Amino acid sequence: MSDALLVLEDGTVFAGEPIGAPVRAHGEVVFTTAMTGYQEALTDPSFAGQVLVMTYPLQGNYGVNDFDVESRRIQARAFIVREGCETPVHWRAQGTLHEYLLGNGVPGIAGIDTRALTRKLRTAGVMMGAVTHDETAALALARLRELPPYGATDFVPWVSARKAYEYPDGQSAGARHVVVLDLGVKYNILRVLHRLGCRVTVVPCQTSAEEILAMRPDGVVLSPGPGDPALLGYAVETANGLVGKTPLMGICLGHQVLGEVFGAKTYKLKFGHRGANHPVRDEETGRVYITAQNHGYAVDDAGLIADVAVSHRNVNDGTVEGLRHRREPVMTIQYHSEASPGPLDNMYLFERFLAMVGEGMRQDQTASGRRT
Amino acid sequence: MDKPSKVLIIGSGPIVIGQAAEFDYAGTQACKAMREEGVASILVNSNPATIMTDEDVADVVYIEPISLDVVTRIIERERPDGLLPTLGGQTGLNMAVALHDAGVLDRYNVRLLGTPLEAIRKAEDRDLFRRMLEEIGEPAPASEIVTDMAQARAALGRIGLPAVIRPAYTLGGTGGGIAHSEDEYERVVEGGLRASPIGQVLVEQSLLGWKEVEYEVMRDGAGNVITVCNMENFDPMGVHTGDSIVVAPSQTLSDKEYQMLRSASLNIISALGIEGGCNVQLALAPNPETTPWAVPPGDRLPPYYVIEVNPRVSRSSALASKATGYPIARVASKIAVGRTLDEIPNAVTRKTTAAFEPALDYVVVKIPRWPFDKFPFGDRALGTQMKATGEVMAIDRTFEGALQKAVRSLEIGGRSLLWEDPAWKEGHEERPMHATDERLWSIMAAVRRGADLCALSRQTGVDVWFLHKLANIVAMEKRLLSEDLTPGLLRRAKRLGFSDTQIGTLADRLPEQVRDLRARWDIRPVYKMVDTCAAEFDAATPYFYSTYEQENEALQEPGKKALVIGSGPIRIGQGIEFDYCSVHASWALERAGYRSIMVNSNPETVSTDFDTSDRLYFEPLDEESVRDILENEAGGADPDAADLPPSIVQFGGQTAINLAAPLHASAAPIIGSSSETIDLAEDRKRFEAFLGELGIPQPPGAAVLRVEDAMTTAEALGYPVLVRPSYVLGGRAMEIVQNPTELARFAQQAAEASGGKPILIDKYLEGKEVEVDAICDGERVLVPGIMEHIERAGVHSGDSLAVYPGVHLTHAEVEVIVDYTTRIGLALGVRGLMNVQYVIMPAETPAGDSNVYVLEVNPRGSRTVPFLSKVTGVPMVRVAVNVMLGQTLREQGYEGGLWPRQPLVAVKAPVFSMSKLIGVDTYLGPEMKSTGEVMGIDATFPAALAKALISADLALAAGGGVLLSVADRHKTQMLPVIHHLHDAGFRLYATEGTAGMIAALGLPVQRVTKRLQGHPNVLDVIADGSVTCVINTPEGRYTGTLRDGFYIRRAATEKRIPCFTSPDTARAAVDALVAAMGRPGGPSYQVRPLAEYRDGSA
Repeated sequence: MSDALLVLEDGTVFAGEPIGAPVRAHGEVVFTTAMTGYQEALTDPSFAGQVLVMTYPLQGNYGVNDFDVESRRIQARAFIVREGCETPVHWRAQGTLHEYLLGNGVPGIAGIDTRALTRKLRTAGVMMGAVTHDETAALALARLRELPPYGATDFVPWVSARKAYEYPDGQSAGARHVVVLDLGVKYNILRVLHRLGCRVTVVPCQTSAEEILAMRPDGVVLSPGPGDPALLGYAVETANGLVGKTPLMGICLGHQVLGEVFGAKTYKLKFGHRGANHPVRDEETGRVYITAQNHGYAVDDAGLIADVAVSHRNVNDGTVEGLRHRREPVMTIQYHSEASPGPLDNMYLFERFLAMVGEGMRQDQTASGRRT
Repeated sequence: MDKPSKVLIIGSGPIVIGQAAEFDYAGTQACKAMREEGVASILVNSNPATIMTDEDVADVVYIEPISLDVVTRIIERERPDGLLPTLGGQTGLNMAVALHDAGVLDRYNVRLLGTPLEAIRKAEDRDLFRRMLEEIGEPAPASEIVTDMAQARAALGRIGLPAVIRPAYTLGGTGGGIAHSEDEYERVVEGGLRASPIGQVLVEQSLLGWKEVEYEVMRDGAGNVITVCNMENFDPMGVHTGDSIVVAPSQTLSDKEYQMLRSASLNIISALGIEGGCNVQLALAPNPETTPWAVPPGDRLPPYYVIEVNPRVSRSSALASKATGYPIARVASKIAVGRTLDEIPNAVTRKTTAAFEPALDYVVVKIPRWPFDKFPFGDRALGTQMKATGEVMAIDRTFEGALQKAVRSLEIGGRSLLWEDPAWKEGHEERPMHATDERLWSIMAAVRRGADLCALSRQTGVDVWFLHKLANIVAMEKRLLSEDLTPGLLRRAKRLGFSDTQIGTLADRLPEQVRDLRARWDIRPVYKMVDTCAAEFDAATPYFYSTYEQENEALQEPGKKALVIGSGPIRIGQGIEFDYCSVHASWALERAGYRSIMVNSNPETVSTDFDTSDRLYFEPLDEESVRDILENEAGGADPDAADLPPSIVQFGGQTAINLAAPLHASAAPIIGSSSETIDLAEDRKRFEAFLGELGIPQPPGAAVLRVEDAMTTAEALGYPVLVRPSYVLGGRAMEIVQNPTELARFAQQAAEASGGKPILIDKYLEGKEVEVDAICDGERVLVPGIMEHIERAGVHSGDSLAVYPGVHLTHAEVEVIVDYTTRIGLALGVRGLMNVQYVIMPAETPAGDSNVYVLEVNPRGSRTVPFLSKVTGVPMVRVAVNVMLGQTLREQGYEGGLWPRQPLVAVKAPVFSMSKLIGVDTYLGPEMKSTGEVMGIDATFPAALAKALISADLALAAGGGVLLSVADRHKTQMLPVIHHLHDAGFRLYATEGTAGMIAALGLPVQRVTKRLQGHPNVLDVIADGSVTCVINTPEGRYTGTLRDGFYIRRAATEKRIPCFTSPDTARAAVDALVAAMGRPGGPSYQVRPLAEYRDGSA
């Protein structure tokens, strides 16, 4: 078996065994420390354009199935693991990790010292990398240097819906109508909203505020998604047109977009926050919640307008994890309250959002009603 | 909540099965946490062999019985304003409840910290627990109590098949079972109702074969909750988690399942309102192909049930702490005094806080260590009663690697996964597929023979995922057997955790040749850090494990350094005492300006706390891993022997001392007594010649090869004789033999066990046994103290009551002992600690001198080092380490000879776990059986003895009944004991011969028959509570009375009443009772901090 290589932008080479599709790939190399949920991660649109490294060494143990997906396909460009399980066991399993990657045309590498790789990314910061199996490291590196860096590409149009659709398909029961601006939405956001009794319409990323308002939503969710928020002028414009018109919840990229609306800049984190164990403090209550995270950029609160407060902060590094508008029904979180993968501790935020939606529907004057 | 200013911490008492070293670790962390928080700590524990009872760990230390009376007196004296009950296992929790119920906490205004009493009750009371689960919508397995068949039939409708039937109040669960059909159900319930003395059985939904998963969760006073770790049991539901092989994190759970159970666990800790840590055990639906259940349609989640909650720090939380690096006990303690999780710094990263969930980037495997190598006749079946004495943990980046390293860490005679019982022959279905201590090996054997993994999973309940991993190991075995060893193959084998020895066996090479190949091909382990965060943050933890990958994170520790080799899993004969010594060795190195490097495989201990040493390697304690570590510390590839840091082998019990020879052979330096000294002391022939030259007597004896020679030798020596194979460890297979018939039988067995090596026959001297620990620097020998055993020689020293100082020794005897010890230490070339055991035979004439014989010399730290260090105040391990580093005793301020006798008396009493080990005979002999020890300390012998007996659960209360069945040779010496018992108001019950003797004394006695000869028989009077104590001294191993006695002793053990098998122990207990009788209000003893006894103010 020939070696598969991961060649990093700085020339570092990791060799392993090829799994998945026998194709080349490149992308920003990022790691996640979540110990479970590889299928959810692979299909998370936020990993578009990225080579995903799992720090937990044993991947694929319970196989893959039709239910643990967060979008219609694998979104990561390549998958790097210490060990890919060839004999998964689970009553729900329908295939192996290898078969899954192969079926999606995505390459992977197993047998890599993923801890060494993680330490590299932690100290040097995330960087571009090429996954290859049929060329020398030098050639791969030369090729990699010709390719556009991660931050130069807007991946959102690639992962967003082509046209608006209702979730679940064709069923439009539900008292409250929530429109989701799809910047790379995870299915679980739609599942949760549906479970909480909402009628959900998903609209493409380029949809304007007017178009959305014309759908007469009771609330709008700006979804998570991939890439540098600075490239999303169109989404910022849409969001700007929605503030004050309808209750808003921004999640992850949606939070960053709203941050820009409120005057803040975003900046790139050295190696991001990716995992299922990040502590976030609710600045009002002091309570700390364990959250699922997947972001490489963060909102700098320096430029925030006075009407907007930081509602949540990361306990580890103090970065902004959520915003709250003092007068309008707008709440944002940098992390993934929808979990999948990750802890279910933050589902209450959807209820909080829907409470806002409910108050809006009753034409209540106190638009910021925060109740849990 | 206001922070308390002074907190009482209750320890867990002696090491017993189910409550081992993990609570020393927890208590020690609690004390450290209190100090960091500026809260004064008062500690009480009866176990001297603990770090937590060191006087610089807590602010005030009481080594006293953990009884309501004593702890009340401590509270009265110290007036703490808080009580931390959750660090001392079930003992600590029970004592907290008792103090509350007795009104003591209210009376003295002591606040219960951490876990509210209500939570303890909810977690422990079955009904309250179920009600709480119902309220929060968490599922509990269906169960009902029934008292007749009509109820049982109705219950079945609600519970369904299969059902588990558990009769109430039967010993060891006898009379219960699992019913798979209605017929079977009727039968088992009927049987169970009959077996239960109150005619009541519990019918419960069967979850046998379901996945068993545990979550360690924490909650603070603000309501923040986190999960530290989840763990999945290799053995499915039905085997106690303490007896299960456990892996962390879970391997076969999808994210949806992981999060579902995580949320359930967090819901439970929130509902209980615990402020601290809690362990939640859950059962999750298994693979329906092997254990059927109704699979839901669509994406519905599988069913699960909440099985049990421990509202306190537990064995599992110690494991989780070591598996993740997250210090649960320390954080729980800080929460208990009012901190919130996000206020507590993460000691590992020093940047983040305790409010996060550890991310692992490795696999952890724990395997229990069972005592069946000591008790081959014990019932090896594993079930709901835990039987393991300890456990090992191993870490690697593959499951196979972690599993195989854990197996190496067990230290069962070098047994790897290749081991098979010779009885498991091809074609025979003798392999135990039900849960036993050997099931892992029998599954391996089945996989080797090509068993279908699904069928194997159906048979064992072990998830197929794990079986695939075992199959990977077997596949590699086959490759190593058949293929040429290439660099690629060797590296793959090392990644799967194969040891050099295993590879050598399979590839037909010597282990050393495999090692040479590894060196040539540059296949060396790298060391990775346990950092709680999967490398996301830069961490400061010096906590490493080996693996075969690319990057080595454990770069050579700079400067002067030494390796402390730990003692591995807690087992009978090698307990927590050796961990105590290892920890102190590490601290002593640090004080002396050395970097200390600890190697150990036991997750329960203080030694494997990452801040005990400058660096911790969590590795098996065998030659391969220690040499790899030494080479790593010497800078990696092909180091000069001169670069290898020195090793200390004196403190890790037999485990460490056994590494002396291989380390010496590989030119690795050892500090302290040399390998030559160790060999001289351990090689019987050489040692005999050595003592002969010194003119120091030893009991006469000889080594023989044939049974016939054994008979003639024994005739010449005179019976009784002590017989054993020549390579014994910890008294294994050693026996006192009274006559030729017994000898013939036992010598035959010993010869077989010896495997061609000689068997040793010694004159058995039934004299007073005495032991000393001493420190030798080559010029002087310091004897900190002399301990006298209450039981005469013949009872293993670890099972004896030992008294400091030798209160019944003459001045001349003490002088001889000190003289012998000094001469032996100097002549042997001991550097550091040694332990010598003596037997003193009374003078043959009234005017003559008694004779002192040397029984054995161990050139290492012994079991009594912590006891003696605490009672004498001599920091023995530190002094010994300084000696090893080149400082003389005199330079440290010590002279040779006997350290001044302290103004106190201390009694060390053994503690047994026999009620948990079905089928094991409890009589005391040359083979050690105890699992732990306690200390009673006071100004006088009777008071110290009384406290030791109370702590060991051997104290007698006046006015019960006693069953006597005494060997003929003990009858005379038992006369005064019998009189005392009668005077103390005991009703006397006795077997035939003993009853005759008592009647002849003119005392009233109730005669009872043997067990199968009508009623009332010996078992009846024990079962119905007529007797509260048993004195049964066996004749000898091969006589009928031993078998009869066995049933008496087991019955007493299972009834949990004191059972004395040595006349000396019985006499001591009765004397203590008599001493207490004269006083109103029971036994009179003081309750004081340890230091006050030593300074004479007591």
